[in-house]
Amino acid sequence: MARVPGRAARPARAGGLSVAWTYLRLAVLVEIQYRVNLVVQLLQSAVAVGTALAVLTLVFSHTTDLGGWSHDELLVVLGLHVLIGGLIATFVQPNMTRLMTDVRQGTLDFALLKPVDTQLLVSCREVNVWQLADVVIGAAIAGTGVARVGAVDAAGALGFAVAAVCGTVLVYCTWLVVTTGAFWLVRMDFVAELFDGLYQAGRWPVTIYPGWLRVGLTVLVPLAFAVTVPAQALTGQLGWRTLAGAALLALVLAVVTRVCWRLGLRQYSGASA
Amino acid sequence: MRVSPALYYTVAKASVVTQFQYRAANYFYMVGMVAEPIVYLVVWTTVAEAQGGSVGGITPGEFAAYYIVWTLVRNMNIVLTPYAWEERIRQGRMSGELLRPVHPIHYDIAFFAGWKIPVILMWLPVGALLALVFHPSTDIRPLEVAVFAVAIWGAYLIRTMFMWVLGLLTFWTTRVSAIFEAWFTAELLLSGRLVPMSLMPDWVRTLAAFTPFPSSFGFPIDSLVGDLSTGELLRGLAVQAGWIAVGAGIVALTWRFAVRRYSAVGN
Repeated sequence: MARVPGRAARPARAGGLSVAWTYLRLAVLVEIQYRVNLVVQLLQSAVAVGTALAVLTLVFSHTTDLGGWSHDELLVVLGLHVLIGGLIATFVQPNMTRLMTDVRQGTLDFALLKPVDTQLLVSCREVNVWQLADVVIGAAIAGTGVARVGAVDAAGALGFAVAAVCGTVLVYCTWLVVTTGAFWLVRMDFVAELFDGLYQAGRWPVTIYPGWLRVGLTVLVPLAFAVTVPAQALTGQLGWRTLAGAALLALVLAVVTRVCWRLGLRQYSGASA
Repeated sequence: MRVSPALYYTVAKASVVTQFQYRAANYFYMVGMVAEPIVYLVVWTTVAEAQGGSVGGITPGEFAAYYIVWTLVRNMNIVLTPYAWEERIRQGRMSGELLRPVHPIHYDIAFFAGWKIPVILMWLPVGALLALVFHPSTDIRPLEVAVFAVAIWGAYLIRTMFMWVLGLLTFWTTRVSAIFEAWFTAELLLSGRLVPMSLMPDWVRTLAAFTPFPSSFGFPIDSLVGDLSTGELLRGLAVQAGWIAVGAGIVALTWRFAVRRYSAVGN
Protein backbone atom coordinates (compact mmCIF):
# COMPACT_ATOMS: atom_id res chain seq x y z
CA MET A 1 0.00 0.00 0.00
CA ALA A 2 1.28 3.42 -0.85
CA ARG A 3 2.12 5.54 2.13
CA VAL A 4 0.19 8.73 2.27
CA PRO A 5 2.41 11.49 3.56
CA GLY A 6 0.80 12.80 6.69
CA ARG A 7 1.58 16.44 6.82
CA ALA A 8 3.03 17.22 3.41
CA ALA A 9 2.76 20.94 2.94
CA ARG A 10 0.67 21.87 -0.08
CA PRO A 11 3.13 23.38 -2.58
CA ALA A 12 2.89 27.12 -2.76
CA ARG A 13 1.42 28.36 -6.04
CA ALA A 14 4.48 29.46 -7.94
CA GLY A 15 4.54 33.00 -9.30
CA GLY A 16 4.04 33.16 -13.06
CA LEU A 17 6.97 35.42 -13.78
CA SER A 18 9.44 33.43 -11.73
CA VAL A 19 8.44 30.24 -13.60
CA ALA A 20 8.96 31.92 -16.97
CA TRP A 21 12.27 33.33 -15.79
CA THR A 22 13.47 29.91 -14.62
CA TYR A 23 12.63 28.30 -17.98
CA LEU A 24 14.46 31.09 -19.81
CA ARG A 25 17.56 30.66 -17.62
CA LEU A 26 17.51 26.89 -18.12
CA ALA A 27 17.25 27.28 -21.91
CA VAL A 28 20.20 29.66 -21.95
CA LEU A 29 22.28 27.32 -19.78
CA VAL A 30 21.53 24.36 -22.06
CA GLU A 31 22.23 26.23 -25.29
CA ILE A 32 25.50 27.75 -24.10
CA GLN A 33 26.93 24.25 -24.44
CA TYR A 34 26.37 24.38 -28.21
CA ARG A 35 28.01 27.65 -29.19
CA VAL A 36 28.74 26.63 -32.77
CA ASN A 37 25.00 26.80 -33.35
CA LEU A 38 25.24 30.55 -32.83
CA VAL A 39 27.64 30.86 -35.76
CA VAL A 40 25.37 28.75 -37.98
CA GLN A 41 22.36 30.82 -36.93
CA LEU A 42 24.18 34.11 -37.55
CA LEU A 43 25.24 32.92 -41.03
CA GLN A 44 21.69 31.93 -41.94
CA SER A 45 20.25 35.18 -40.57
CA ALA A 46 22.83 37.19 -42.50
CA VAL A 47 21.99 35.41 -45.77
CA ALA A 48 18.26 35.92 -45.24
CA VAL A 49 18.58 39.59 -44.32
CA GLY A 50 21.08 40.24 -47.13
CA THR A 51 18.60 38.79 -49.62
CA ALA A 52 15.80 40.95 -48.25
CA LEU A 53 17.96 44.08 -48.51
CA ALA A 54 18.92 43.16 -52.09
CA VAL A 55 15.23 42.81 -52.99
CA LEU A 56 14.50 46.20 -51.44
CA THR A 57 17.31 47.77 -53.47
CA LEU A 58 16.04 46.07 -56.63
CA VAL A 59 12.49 47.34 -56.12
CA PHE A 60 13.71 50.88 -55.51
CA SER A 61 15.95 50.78 -58.56
CA HIS A 62 12.67 50.80 -60.51
CA THR A 63 10.67 53.25 -58.41
CA THR A 64 11.06 55.92 -55.73
CA ASP A 65 7.92 55.12 -53.80
CA LEU A 66 6.01 51.93 -53.06
CA GLY A 67 2.36 52.58 -52.26
CA GLY A 68 3.30 55.77 -50.38
CA TRP A 69 6.32 54.28 -48.55
CA SER A 70 9.88 55.44 -49.17
CA HIS A 71 12.98 53.24 -49.17
CA ASP A 72 13.98 54.24 -45.62
CA GLU A 73 10.48 53.74 -44.29
CA LEU A 74 10.47 50.24 -45.77
CA LEU A 75 13.76 49.63 -44.00
CA VAL A 76 11.85 50.17 -40.75
CA VAL A 77 9.16 47.70 -41.90
CA LEU A 78 11.78 45.12 -42.87
CA GLY A 79 13.65 45.52 -39.57
CA LEU A 80 10.48 45.09 -37.52
CA HIS A 81 9.48 42.10 -39.65
CA VAL A 82 12.80 40.38 -38.91
CA LEU A 83 12.60 41.38 -35.23
CA ILE A 84 9.04 40.12 -34.66
CA GLY A 85 9.83 36.99 -36.69
CA GLY A 86 12.78 36.41 -34.35
CA LEU A 87 10.57 36.83 -31.28
CA ILE A 88 8.05 34.34 -32.68
CA ALA A 89 10.78 31.82 -33.51
CA THR A 90 12.36 32.25 -30.07
CA PHE A 91 9.38 32.21 -27.75
CA VAL A 92 6.11 31.36 -29.51
CA GLN A 93 6.62 28.75 -32.21
CA PRO A 94 8.68 26.23 -30.17
CA ASN A 95 6.11 26.28 -27.37
CA MET A 96 3.19 25.84 -29.74
CA THR A 97 4.91 22.96 -31.55
CA ARG A 98 5.48 21.26 -28.21
CA LEU A 99 1.88 21.87 -27.17
CA MET A 100 0.62 20.16 -30.34
CA THR A 101 2.85 17.17 -29.66
CA ASP A 102 1.76 17.04 -26.01
CA VAL A 103 -1.92 17.06 -26.94
CA ARG A 104 -1.42 14.33 -29.53
CA GLN A 105 0.62 12.08 -27.29
CA GLY A 106 -1.24 12.80 -24.07
CA THR A 107 1.87 14.13 -22.33
CA LEU A 108 0.06 17.38 -21.56
CA ASP A 109 -0.85 15.54 -18.33
CA PHE A 110 2.52 16.53 -16.89
CA ALA A 111 1.89 20.22 -17.48
CA LEU A 112 -1.64 20.02 -16.07
CA LEU A 113 -0.35 18.52 -12.83
CA LYS A 114 1.94 21.43 -12.03
CA PRO A 115 0.73 24.05 -9.55
CA VAL A 116 0.82 26.97 -11.95
CA ASP A 117 -1.56 28.34 -14.55
CA THR A 118 -1.36 25.88 -17.47
CA GLN A 119 -1.75 28.46 -20.23
CA LEU A 120 1.24 30.31 -18.82
CA LEU A 121 3.23 27.11 -18.44
CA VAL A 122 2.68 25.85 -22.00
CA SER A 123 3.62 29.30 -23.30
CA CYS A 124 7.02 29.53 -21.64
CA ARG A 125 8.46 26.02 -21.51
CA GLU A 126 10.58 26.25 -24.65
CA VAL A 127 12.97 29.02 -25.63
CA ASN A 128 14.93 28.80 -28.88
CA VAL A 129 17.76 31.03 -27.68
CA TRP A 130 19.86 31.45 -30.83
CA GLN A 131 16.92 32.83 -32.80
CA LEU A 132 17.41 35.97 -30.72
CA ALA A 133 20.07 36.76 -33.33
CA ASP A 134 17.20 37.81 -35.61
CA VAL A 135 15.85 40.11 -32.90
CA VAL A 136 19.20 41.92 -32.68
CA ILE A 137 19.67 42.12 -36.47
CA GLY A 138 16.08 43.28 -36.96
CA ALA A 139 16.47 45.97 -34.30
CA ALA A 140 19.66 47.20 -35.99
CA ILE A 141 17.95 47.48 -39.41
CA ALA A 142 14.86 49.16 -37.96
CA GLY A 143 17.11 51.54 -36.00
CA THR A 144 18.99 52.49 -39.16
CA GLY A 145 15.71 53.13 -40.94
CA VAL A 146 14.34 55.24 -38.08
CA ALA A 147 17.51 57.34 -37.96
CA ARG A 148 17.37 57.94 -41.73
CA VAL A 149 13.69 58.85 -41.75
CA GLY A 150 14.20 61.05 -38.68
CA ALA A 151 10.48 61.55 -38.04
CA VAL A 152 10.18 60.03 -34.60
CA ASP A 153 9.39 62.16 -31.54
CA ALA A 154 8.33 61.36 -27.98
CA ALA A 155 4.72 60.76 -29.01
CA GLY A 156 5.88 58.50 -31.84
CA ALA A 157 8.09 56.51 -29.49
CA LEU A 158 5.22 56.09 -27.04
CA GLY A 159 2.88 55.10 -29.87
CA PHE A 160 5.45 52.54 -31.02
CA ALA A 161 5.73 51.04 -27.53
CA VAL A 162 1.96 50.63 -27.29
CA ALA A 163 1.66 49.33 -30.86
CA ALA A 164 4.50 46.85 -30.35
CA VAL A 165 2.95 45.45 -27.16
CA CYS A 166 -0.46 45.10 -28.84
CA GLY A 167 1.14 43.48 -31.91
CA THR A 168 3.03 40.96 -29.79
CA VAL A 169 -0.10 40.06 -27.81
CA LEU A 170 -2.06 39.64 -31.05
CA VAL A 171 0.55 37.38 -32.62
CA TYR A 172 0.81 35.22 -29.51
CA CYS A 173 -2.96 34.94 -29.19
CA THR A 174 -3.43 34.03 -32.85
CA TRP A 175 -0.88 31.26 -32.55
CA LEU A 176 -2.40 29.91 -29.37
CA VAL A 177 -5.98 29.99 -30.68
CA VAL A 178 -4.95 28.10 -33.81
CA THR A 179 -2.85 25.65 -31.81
CA THR A 180 -5.81 25.05 -29.48
CA GLY A 181 -7.43 23.52 -32.54
CA ALA A 182 -5.21 20.51 -31.85
CA PHE A 183 -7.55 19.59 -28.97
CA TRP A 184 -10.23 18.85 -31.57
CA LEU A 185 -8.30 18.04 -34.75
CA VAL A 186 -5.21 16.32 -33.27
CA ARG A 187 -2.98 16.73 -36.33
CA MET A 188 -2.04 20.37 -36.92
CA ASP A 189 1.46 20.02 -38.41
CA PHE A 190 0.64 22.16 -41.42
CA VAL A 191 -0.11 25.20 -39.23
CA ALA A 192 3.52 26.23 -38.72
CA GLU A 193 4.12 25.82 -42.47
CA LEU A 194 1.08 27.90 -43.37
CA PHE A 195 1.86 30.64 -40.84
CA ASP A 196 5.45 30.92 -42.08
CA GLY A 197 4.22 31.34 -45.66
CA LEU A 198 1.72 34.03 -44.67
CA TYR A 199 4.19 35.78 -42.38
CA GLN A 200 6.45 36.44 -45.39
CA ALA A 201 3.75 38.78 -46.69
CA GLY A 202 4.44 41.07 -43.70
CA ARG A 203 7.83 42.06 -45.12
CA TRP A 204 5.88 44.68 -47.07
CA PRO A 205 3.40 47.10 -45.51
CA VAL A 206 -0.09 45.62 -45.67
CA THR A 207 -1.33 48.89 -47.17
CA ILE A 208 -0.02 47.81 -50.59
CA TYR A 209 -2.16 44.67 -50.76
CA PRO A 210 -5.50 44.72 -52.58
CA GLY A 211 -8.59 45.05 -50.34
CA TRP A 212 -9.58 41.42 -49.63
CA LEU A 213 -5.99 40.39 -49.03
CA ARG A 214 -5.40 43.35 -46.71
CA VAL A 215 -8.46 42.42 -44.65
CA GLY A 216 -7.16 38.86 -44.37
CA LEU A 217 -3.71 39.98 -43.32
CA THR A 218 -5.22 42.29 -40.71
CA VAL A 219 -7.91 40.08 -39.22
CA LEU A 220 -6.94 36.45 -39.87
CA VAL A 221 -3.18 36.86 -39.42
CA PRO A 222 -2.49 40.03 -37.43
CA LEU A 223 0.43 41.03 -39.64
CA ALA A 224 -0.87 44.58 -39.96
CA PHE A 225 -0.78 45.11 -36.20
CA ALA A 226 2.40 43.15 -35.63
CA VAL A 227 4.57 44.90 -38.22
CA THR A 228 2.91 47.65 -40.22
CA VAL A 229 1.31 49.62 -37.37
CA PRO A 230 4.46 49.77 -35.18
CA ALA A 231 6.39 50.79 -38.31
CA GLN A 232 3.88 53.57 -38.94
CA ALA A 233 4.47 54.79 -35.38
CA LEU A 234 8.21 54.95 -35.99
CA THR A 235 7.84 56.80 -39.29
CA GLY A 236 5.34 59.36 -38.03
CA GLN A 237 2.32 58.05 -39.98
CA LEU A 238 0.25 56.64 -37.15
CA GLY A 239 -3.11 58.12 -36.11
CA TRP A 240 -4.49 57.56 -32.63
CA ARG A 241 -7.55 55.82 -34.06
CA THR A 242 -5.49 52.95 -35.46
CA LEU A 243 -3.65 52.69 -32.17
CA ALA A 244 -6.87 52.55 -30.16
CA GLY A 245 -8.17 49.92 -32.58
CA ALA A 246 -5.06 47.83 -32.06
CA ALA A 247 -5.39 48.06 -28.27
CA LEU A 248 -9.07 47.12 -28.38
CA LEU A 249 -8.44 44.19 -30.70
CA ALA A 250 -5.58 42.95 -28.52
CA LEU A 251 -7.84 43.04 -25.47
CA VAL A 252 -10.70 41.23 -27.21
CA LEU A 253 -8.44 38.57 -28.71
CA ALA A 254 -6.73 37.98 -25.35
CA VAL A 255 -10.12 37.21 -23.79
CA VAL A 256 -11.17 35.04 -26.74
CA THR A 257 -7.90 33.13 -26.48
CA ARG A 258 -8.46 32.47 -22.79
CA VAL A 259 -11.97 31.15 -23.50
CA CYS A 260 -10.74 28.94 -26.37
CA TRP A 261 -7.99 27.58 -24.16
CA ARG A 262 -10.46 26.65 -21.41
CA LEU A 263 -12.83 24.99 -23.90
CA GLY A 264 -9.90 23.12 -25.43
CA LEU A 265 -8.71 21.82 -22.07
CA ARG A 266 -12.19 20.50 -21.37
CA GLN A 267 -11.89 18.55 -24.63
CA TYR A 268 -8.57 17.02 -23.59
CA SER A 269 -8.86 13.44 -22.44
CA GLY A 270 -5.35 12.60 -21.31
CA ALA A 271 -2.84 9.89 -22.07
CA SER A 272 -4.77 6.86 -20.90
CA ALA A 273 -8.11 7.60 -22.49
CA MET B 1 20.42 -5.10 -64.99
CA ARG B 2 19.91 -2.38 -67.57
CA VAL B 3 17.87 0.71 -66.89
CA SER B 4 14.61 0.02 -68.67
CA PRO B 5 11.47 2.04 -69.31
CA ALA B 6 9.62 -0.61 -67.33
CA LEU B 7 11.57 0.35 -64.20
CA TYR B 8 10.61 3.99 -64.63
CA TYR B 9 7.00 3.10 -65.38
CA THR B 10 6.63 0.90 -62.30
CA VAL B 11 8.25 3.30 -59.83
CA ALA B 12 6.35 6.30 -61.24
CA LYS B 13 3.03 4.46 -61.14
CA ALA B 14 3.54 3.53 -57.49
CA SER B 15 4.33 7.16 -56.75
CA VAL B 16 1.18 8.41 -58.52
CA VAL B 17 -1.01 6.00 -56.59
CA THR B 18 0.65 6.88 -53.27
CA GLN B 19 0.43 10.64 -53.70
CA PHE B 20 -3.23 10.56 -54.73
CA GLN B 21 -3.90 9.26 -51.23
CA TYR B 22 -2.37 12.36 -49.67
CA ARG B 23 -4.52 14.88 -51.53
CA ALA B 24 -5.20 17.06 -48.49
CA ALA B 25 -1.54 17.23 -47.45
CA ASN B 26 -0.50 18.00 -51.03
CA TYR B 27 -3.10 20.76 -51.24
CA PHE B 28 -2.08 22.44 -48.00
CA TYR B 29 1.49 22.38 -49.24
CA MET B 30 0.45 23.98 -52.52
CA VAL B 31 -1.66 26.69 -50.87
CA GLY B 32 1.21 27.65 -48.54
CA MET B 33 3.45 27.86 -51.60
CA VAL B 34 1.13 30.27 -53.42
CA ALA B 35 1.68 32.98 -50.77
CA GLU B 36 5.21 33.67 -52.05
CA PRO B 37 4.42 34.59 -55.68
CA ILE B 38 1.34 36.59 -54.62
CA VAL B 39 3.57 38.80 -52.47
CA TYR B 40 5.97 39.36 -55.41
CA LEU B 41 3.03 40.00 -57.73
CA VAL B 42 1.49 42.60 -55.43
CA VAL B 43 4.81 44.41 -54.93
CA TRP B 44 5.59 44.60 -58.67
CA THR B 45 2.01 45.53 -59.56
CA THR B 46 2.29 48.42 -57.10
CA VAL B 47 5.60 49.49 -58.65
CA ALA B 48 4.17 49.23 -62.19
CA GLU B 49 1.17 51.37 -61.26
CA ALA B 50 3.40 53.97 -59.60
CA GLN B 51 5.47 54.13 -62.80
CA GLY B 52 2.43 54.84 -64.96
CA GLY B 53 1.30 51.34 -65.89
CA SER B 54 4.42 49.29 -66.51
CA VAL B 55 7.91 48.67 -65.18
CA GLY B 56 10.67 47.56 -67.57
CA GLY B 57 7.93 47.15 -70.20
CA ILE B 58 5.97 44.66 -68.07
CA THR B 59 2.35 45.48 -67.24
CA PRO B 60 0.43 44.23 -64.16
CA GLY B 61 -1.42 41.73 -66.37
CA GLU B 62 1.87 40.33 -67.64
CA PHE B 63 3.24 40.11 -64.08
CA ALA B 64 0.09 38.17 -63.16
CA ALA B 65 0.65 35.74 -66.06
CA TYR B 66 4.30 35.32 -65.06
CA TYR B 67 3.61 34.58 -61.41
CA ILE B 68 0.66 32.26 -62.10
CA VAL B 69 2.79 30.07 -64.39
CA TRP B 70 5.46 30.46 -61.67
CA THR B 71 3.33 28.34 -59.32
CA LEU B 72 3.33 25.40 -61.75
CA VAL B 73 7.06 25.68 -62.49
CA ARG B 74 7.77 25.90 -58.76
CA ASN B 75 5.94 22.61 -58.31
CA MET B 76 7.97 21.05 -61.11
CA ASN B 77 11.09 22.23 -59.27
CA ILE B 78 10.37 20.07 -56.26
CA VAL B 79 12.81 17.18 -56.20
CA LEU B 80 14.58 15.20 -53.51
CA THR B 81 15.81 17.81 -51.03
CA PRO B 82 19.55 17.61 -50.29
CA TYR B 83 18.64 17.58 -46.59
CA ALA B 84 17.15 14.11 -47.13
CA TRP B 85 20.64 12.69 -47.68
CA GLU B 86 21.55 13.21 -44.05
CA GLU B 87 18.78 10.82 -43.08
CA ARG B 88 19.66 8.34 -45.81
CA ILE B 89 23.21 8.16 -44.56
CA ARG B 90 22.62 8.40 -40.82
CA GLN B 91 19.96 5.70 -40.75
CA GLY B 92 21.95 3.40 -43.01
CA ARG B 93 19.24 3.38 -45.67
CA MET B 94 21.94 3.79 -48.32
CA SER B 95 22.96 0.17 -47.74
CA GLY B 96 19.67 -1.07 -49.14
CA GLU B 97 19.78 1.31 -52.08
CA LEU B 98 23.29 0.26 -52.97
CA LEU B 99 22.17 -3.36 -53.25
CA ARG B 100 19.73 -2.49 -56.02
CA PRO B 101 20.91 -3.40 -59.49
CA VAL B 102 20.73 0.12 -61.00
CA HIS B 103 22.07 3.53 -59.99
CA PRO B 104 19.83 4.95 -57.23
CA ILE B 105 19.24 8.23 -59.08
CA HIS B 106 16.88 6.40 -61.44
CA TYR B 107 14.52 5.60 -58.58
CA ASP B 108 14.51 9.24 -57.45
CA ILE B 109 13.89 10.57 -60.96
CA ALA B 110 11.05 8.13 -61.56
CA PHE B 111 9.49 8.61 -58.11
CA PHE B 112 9.35 12.42 -58.26
CA ALA B 113 8.35 12.38 -61.94
CA GLY B 114 5.38 10.21 -61.01
CA TRP B 115 4.49 12.61 -58.19
CA LYS B 116 4.27 15.43 -60.75
CA ILE B 117 1.21 13.84 -62.40
CA PRO B 118 -1.14 14.36 -59.41
CA VAL B 119 0.58 17.70 -58.72
CA ILE B 120 -0.14 19.02 -62.22
CA LEU B 121 -3.75 17.82 -62.05
CA MET B 122 -4.20 19.42 -58.63
CA TRP B 123 -2.56 22.64 -59.82
CA LEU B 124 -5.14 23.20 -62.60
CA PRO B 125 -7.94 24.51 -60.31
CA VAL B 126 -5.41 26.58 -58.32
CA GLY B 127 -4.12 28.16 -61.53
CA ALA B 128 -7.67 28.81 -62.75
CA LEU B 129 -8.60 30.49 -59.46
CA LEU B 130 -5.49 32.68 -59.53
CA ALA B 131 -6.31 33.67 -63.13
CA LEU B 132 -9.83 34.69 -62.08
CA VAL B 133 -8.50 36.86 -59.25
CA PHE B 134 -5.47 38.48 -60.86
CA HIS B 135 -6.49 38.86 -64.55
CA PRO B 136 -3.35 37.75 -66.40
CA SER B 137 -2.77 39.03 -69.91
CA THR B 138 -0.61 37.23 -72.43
CA ASP B 139 -0.91 35.81 -75.90
CA ILE B 140 0.20 32.25 -76.28
CA ARG B 141 1.22 30.57 -79.55
CA PRO B 142 0.85 26.79 -80.06
CA LEU B 143 4.64 26.48 -80.38
CA GLU B 144 5.05 28.15 -76.97
CA VAL B 145 2.73 25.59 -75.40
CA ALA B 146 4.73 22.76 -76.96
CA VAL B 147 8.07 24.19 -75.81
CA PHE B 148 6.66 24.85 -72.33
CA ALA B 149 5.45 21.24 -72.06
CA VAL B 150 9.00 20.06 -72.75
CA ALA B 151 10.76 22.81 -70.76
CA ILE B 152 9.04 22.07 -67.44
CA TRP B 153 10.43 18.53 -67.60
CA GLY B 154 13.83 19.88 -68.59
CA ALA B 155 13.69 22.14 -65.53
CA TYR B 156 12.75 19.12 -63.42
CA LEU B 157 15.77 17.13 -64.64
CA ILE B 158 18.23 20.02 -64.22
CA ARG B 159 17.12 20.61 -60.67
CA THR B 160 17.18 16.88 -59.89
CA MET B 161 20.82 16.64 -61.03
CA PHE B 162 22.10 19.66 -59.12
CA MET B 163 20.16 18.88 -55.94
CA TRP B 164 21.69 15.40 -56.07
CA VAL B 165 25.19 16.85 -56.32
CA LEU B 166 24.47 19.11 -53.32
CA GLY B 167 23.09 16.15 -51.41
CA LEU B 168 26.19 14.07 -52.14
CA LEU B 169 28.28 16.65 -50.25
CA THR B 170 26.77 15.12 -47.14
CA PHE B 171 29.13 12.17 -47.61
CA TRP B 172 32.07 14.46 -46.80
CA THR B 173 30.72 16.82 -44.14
CA THR B 174 27.69 16.99 -41.89
CA ARG B 175 27.65 20.77 -41.65
CA VAL B 176 26.03 21.21 -45.02
CA SER B 177 23.11 23.48 -44.19
CA ALA B 178 25.14 26.68 -44.68
CA ILE B 179 26.20 25.53 -48.18
CA PHE B 180 22.64 24.55 -49.06
CA GLU B 181 21.27 27.90 -47.86
CA ALA B 182 23.85 29.81 -49.91
CA TRP B 183 22.91 27.78 -52.99
CA PHE B 184 19.18 28.36 -52.47
CA THR B 185 19.75 32.09 -52.07
CA ALA B 186 21.77 32.27 -55.29
CA GLU B 187 19.01 30.29 -56.97
CA LEU B 188 16.32 32.66 -55.68
CA LEU B 189 18.12 35.71 -57.03
CA LEU B 190 19.45 34.33 -60.32
CA SER B 191 16.69 31.98 -61.54
CA GLY B 192 13.78 34.32 -62.17
CA ARG B 193 11.94 33.03 -59.12
CA LEU B 194 12.07 36.38 -57.35
CA VAL B 195 11.39 38.57 -60.35
CA PRO B 196 11.43 38.24 -64.18
CA MET B 197 15.12 38.29 -65.14
CA SER B 198 14.57 41.23 -67.49
CA LEU B 199 14.12 43.48 -64.43
CA MET B 200 17.50 42.52 -63.01
CA PRO B 201 20.53 44.74 -63.59
CA ASP B 202 22.66 43.71 -66.59
CA TRP B 203 25.54 42.32 -64.54
CA VAL B 204 23.18 40.01 -62.64
CA ARG B 205 21.78 38.68 -65.90
CA THR B 206 25.28 38.09 -67.26
CA LEU B 207 26.20 36.25 -64.09
CA ALA B 208 23.00 34.18 -64.20
CA ALA B 209 23.75 33.07 -67.78
CA PHE B 210 26.71 31.09 -66.45
CA THR B 211 24.52 29.14 -64.00
CA PRO B 212 21.85 26.47 -64.48
CA PHE B 213 19.34 28.57 -62.52
CA PRO B 214 17.53 30.47 -65.33
CA SER B 215 17.07 27.23 -67.31
CA SER B 216 15.23 25.60 -64.44
CA PHE B 217 12.89 28.47 -63.55
CA GLY B 218 12.82 31.63 -65.63
CA PHE B 219 13.09 30.01 -69.05
CA PRO B 220 10.10 27.64 -68.71
CA ILE B 221 7.92 30.56 -67.55
CA ASP B 222 9.15 32.88 -70.30
CA SER B 223 8.70 30.16 -72.91
CA LEU B 224 4.96 30.27 -72.24
CA VAL B 225 4.15 33.87 -71.25
CA GLY B 226 7.17 35.80 -72.56
CA ASP B 227 7.68 37.09 -76.08
CA LEU B 228 10.44 34.72 -77.16
CA SER B 229 11.08 34.18 -80.86
CA THR B 230 11.11 30.66 -82.30
CA GLY B 231 14.91 30.76 -82.36
CA GLU B 232 15.11 31.82 -78.70
CA LEU B 233 12.67 29.08 -77.70
CA LEU B 234 14.71 26.36 -79.41
CA ARG B 235 17.98 27.77 -78.11
CA GLY B 236 16.52 27.71 -74.58
CA LEU B 237 15.71 24.02 -74.93
CA ALA B 238 19.23 23.35 -76.19
CA VAL B 239 20.71 25.18 -73.17
CA GLN B 240 18.49 23.06 -70.92
CA ALA B 241 19.78 19.88 -72.58
CA GLY B 242 23.32 21.13 -72.04
CA TRP B 243 22.75 21.70 -68.32
CA ILE B 244 21.13 18.28 -67.92
CA ALA B 245 24.26 16.74 -69.48
CA VAL B 246 26.60 18.80 -67.29
CA GLY B 247 24.59 17.92 -64.18
CA ALA B 248 24.51 14.21 -65.04
CA GLY B 249 28.27 14.27 -65.61
CA ILE B 250 28.94 15.87 -62.20
CA VAL B 251 26.57 13.40 -60.54
CA ALA B 252 28.34 10.43 -62.13
CA LEU B 253 31.76 11.71 -61.13
CA THR B 254 30.83 12.75 -57.56
CA TRP B 255 28.88 9.56 -56.96
CA ARG B 256 31.91 7.39 -57.70
CA PHE B 257 33.96 9.13 -54.99
CA ALA B 258 31.09 9.69 -52.55
CA VAL B 259 30.04 6.08 -52.38
CA ARG B 260 33.56 5.02 -51.42
CA ARG B 261 33.27 7.15 -48.29
CA TYR B 262 30.07 5.47 -47.20
CA SER B 263 30.21 2.99 -44.37
CA ALA B 264 27.25 1.57 -42.54
CA VAL B 265 27.13 0.01 -39.12
CA GLY B 266 24.89 -2.89 -38.17
CA ASN B 267 22.12 -4.32 -40.31
